Amino acid sequence: MEQYKGEYIVELENICKSFPGVKALDNVHFHLKAGEVMALLGENGAGKSTLMKVLSGVHNKDSGTMKIFGQEIDNMNPKRAQELGVAIIHQELNMCQHLTVAENMFLGRERHKGVMLSQKEMNAEAAKVLKSLDIDLDPTTMVGSLQVSKQQMVEIAKALSTNARILIMDEPTSALTSKEIDELFRIIRQLRAEGKGIVYISHRLEELQHIVDRVTIMRDGQFITEGNFADMDMSYIIANMVGREIKEKFPRVQCEKGKKVLEVKHLNAGRMVRDVSFSSYEGEILGFAGLMGAGRTETTRALFGVDPKESGEIWLDGKEIRINNPMDAIRQGVVLAPEDRKKDGLCTKLSVRSNIELPNLDIACNKLGVVNRRKVSEMVKKAISNFSIKLASPESDAGSLSGGNQQKVVVAKWLARDSRVVIFDEPTRGIDVAAKVEIYNLMNQLKQQGISVIFVSSEMPEVLGIADRIIVMCDGRITGELDIQDATQERILELATRFESKLDAADAAQA
Amino acid sequence: MENKKQNPIKKLLSARGVGQVVTVFFGLIVLCIIFNFINPNFLGKRNLANLLRQIAPYIIIGIGQGYVLITANIDLSIGSVVGMSCMMSATLMCNGMHPLLALLITMAACIATGALNGVLVAECKLPPFVATLGTQTICRGIAQMVNGNMNTDSIVGAGYQYREFAEGLRNFFYYNKTLGIYNTFWIAIVIWLIFNFILAYTRTGRHLYAIGSNSEASKLSGVSVSKTILKAYLVSSFCAGVTGFIVCAQSGTGTMNAGMSYETFAVAASVIGGISTMGGTGILSGVLAGASVWAVMDNGLQMVGTSVGLKNVVVGLIVICSVLIDVVRRTGKLSFKHKKA
Repeated sequence: MEQYKGEYIVELENICKSFPGVKALDNVHFHLKAGEVMALLGENGAGKSTLMKVLSGVHNKDSGTMKIFGQEIDNMNPKRAQELGVAIIHQELNMCQHLTVAENMFLGRERHKGVMLSQKEMNAEAAKVLKSLDIDLDPTTMVGSLQVSKQQMVEIAKALSTNARILIMDEPTSALTSKEIDELFRIIRQLRAEGKGIVYISHRLEELQHIVDRVTIMRDGQFITEGNFADMDMSYIIANMVGREIKEKFPRVQCEKGKKVLEVKHLNAGRMVRDVSFSSYEGEILGFAGLMGAGRTETTRALFGVDPKESGEIWLDGKEIRINNPMDAIRQGVVLAPEDRKKDGLCTKLSVRSNIELPNLDIACNKLGVVNRRKVSEMVKKAISNFSIKLASPESDAGSLSGGNQQKVVVAKWLARDSRVVIFDEPTRGIDVAAKVEIYNLMNQLKQQGISVIFVSSEMPEVLGIADRIIVMCDGRITGELDIQDATQERILELATRFESKLDAADAAQA
Repeated sequence: MENKKQNPIKKLLSARGVGQVVTVFFGLIVLCIIFNFINPNFLGKRNLANLLRQIAPYIIIGIGQGYVLITANIDLSIGSVVGMSCMMSATLMCNGMHPLLALLITMAACIATGALNGVLVAECKLPPFVATLGTQTICRGIAQMVNGNMNTDSIVGAGYQYREFAEGLRNFFYYNKTLGIYNTFWIAIVIWLIFNFILAYTRTGRHLYAIGSNSEASKLSGVSVSKTILKAYLVSSFCAGVTGFIVCAQSGTGTMNAGMSYETFAVAASVIGGISTMGGTGILSGVLAGASVWAVMDNGLQMVGTSVGLKNVVVGLIVICSVLIDVVRRTGKLSFKHKKA
């Protein structure tokens, strides 16, 4: 590895790649040196992932030249890429849930003696790699029983165990807590020092300064610019990504705070929702901040009736309501745009039209249950234009849209009906800057209409930028409430890490 | 200290699929005790021997289906392949061919069916349900066609040149015992040992699980997904072919309806034994357990004098319950099991 230090190990020139109907890559250049972290930036749909899939052999390029370690490669496939030391850590975690950590790490290149697998050898090897990364995991654990962040660590370990020399990380931090991000960065720095080339794709621009040496920016499938990170500033990067200056990163609108809409009293649902009480008002956005695993998602799920509640009251517009399942919640006007849009938010195999139609069938149907197609078409047309969802036709599969547009569909499907409370759980995860702003504007629009908006987010800047009031959770409890004037990142973090002292609990138990 | 003692057992139970298998074996014992209580002949030496002979074909087809289910696919052609194998080998023998040559040709036809299934599912991306439903009908049709829509004459009848050999086969597969147990059971065990080894200790086996768990991840890890799925279908048809030949040799004739609904039995044997139809889980020991439950119910309900109709109802309920228990056990303990879209 050392011999390559500072030399170009990846040289992509004039890469073109078309899919039916789209030119995904148009004469793109990309260069990576050994021992550097290269940020690959661009909005969703800019072609970053496609480019990396070409590099890792998932897609074949239509034209252009690809040199890896100075060697020109024409027919790339995943196996060849692996042999060359190109490893990709996917945005969507790609692990076999039913296999163990070690089995996943060695998948496709199992060690064997004769026809027998050398299970012990692989477990030992896996343990060694994990240890070198300071990851505390038993290689015989089933991957499906691990948290997302741990699964990601396993993916990195897997890549390294293949002796990867070129490591592509696609949005590696989107599911991690700040502590885990530090951990990840430590690992990345270690790899860089070892002379590996790292391609780092992220929408979290504020992270870049901690880790990135150089930057390549793409837009609409084209190469825009490349340069040293130190020579660029944020607004320059953003301007190149979106092709225009975004003046207001967090558009805030002022609204008169109205009457109380929702009040939750002493809600309990499992270990992650303990004695949660809060209220939300007309004309305000209520932010929910906290670290990963603080119980915010669980709270929204219990409120929406997805998970069973143990106790607690929910009051809407001064009346107590019962929510035992999502249908109850929807009928009362409490709706949820869930965290994992692909899993919980959309039927990805159905058309956009069907997705928007689905929760509104009760209002789109006549008494006999026959769908009024015209009514649906109007509803869908309105939703698409209101949210400026970019798609070929309402009949396209929801799964074929970019992340930002998918998120808009998730939200749009609820707004065809009169809602009182709209809950957004991590609505901006994994979508690009411009799409984020559109989501913020949308929330503001709801706020102006007198709908109470609940906004759950792990990204403090956006909570601070958008919410009017912030509730902070930690370990299943509400640990504080801040008015936006008093809220700072430090205050939130302090509240978000206010764990129950185990010693106090032990004392109380004794007393 | 106690903790340390407990750990190996706990670890064993938490290993892939072991929990379900242990549960099913317990259930099996309870079943046997109940049947024996009602009819004390049930656990008699004679019935036990019969029982083991009955289990054998269920084990063999269960292995094949298990392989396919682990990859999150299904093979509905098994029963028809059994029928085709039975009719084909009997017809060839009745027309004067040497039994071993007949076996060879028959197995080639069965394996070709497996290859067709595999190619349709893995390469042409047909839904396995539809593809194997098609081959199911085709193979049953072939079974009916080979002897002009008639069952064959007896292969041990007079006039067959290799009559003695055929008789030897029948004795071997039906009457003869080794170590006090009918040969057929041993054959099933040998086949089981081979395929259990492949599944548990080789790369192909690991890839079968990986594909059933997440085929995209497997592909990206450099696993040849379509080849591996093809292999699973080949195993399935091979097992069905062997079963068909055994059925033919045992009865001495080819019957067009041989192996009717065996694919369902095979799914039941696998599923009862903890091989999920959603792929990625289960072990081949489960097939032993599941096939045993199936045969014990079959035999036991007959021994206690239930009607065929009631027997079918009870056995169907057992399949549903075993899956239900499996689902509860999994979702109760592990919450990671998400249904794939």
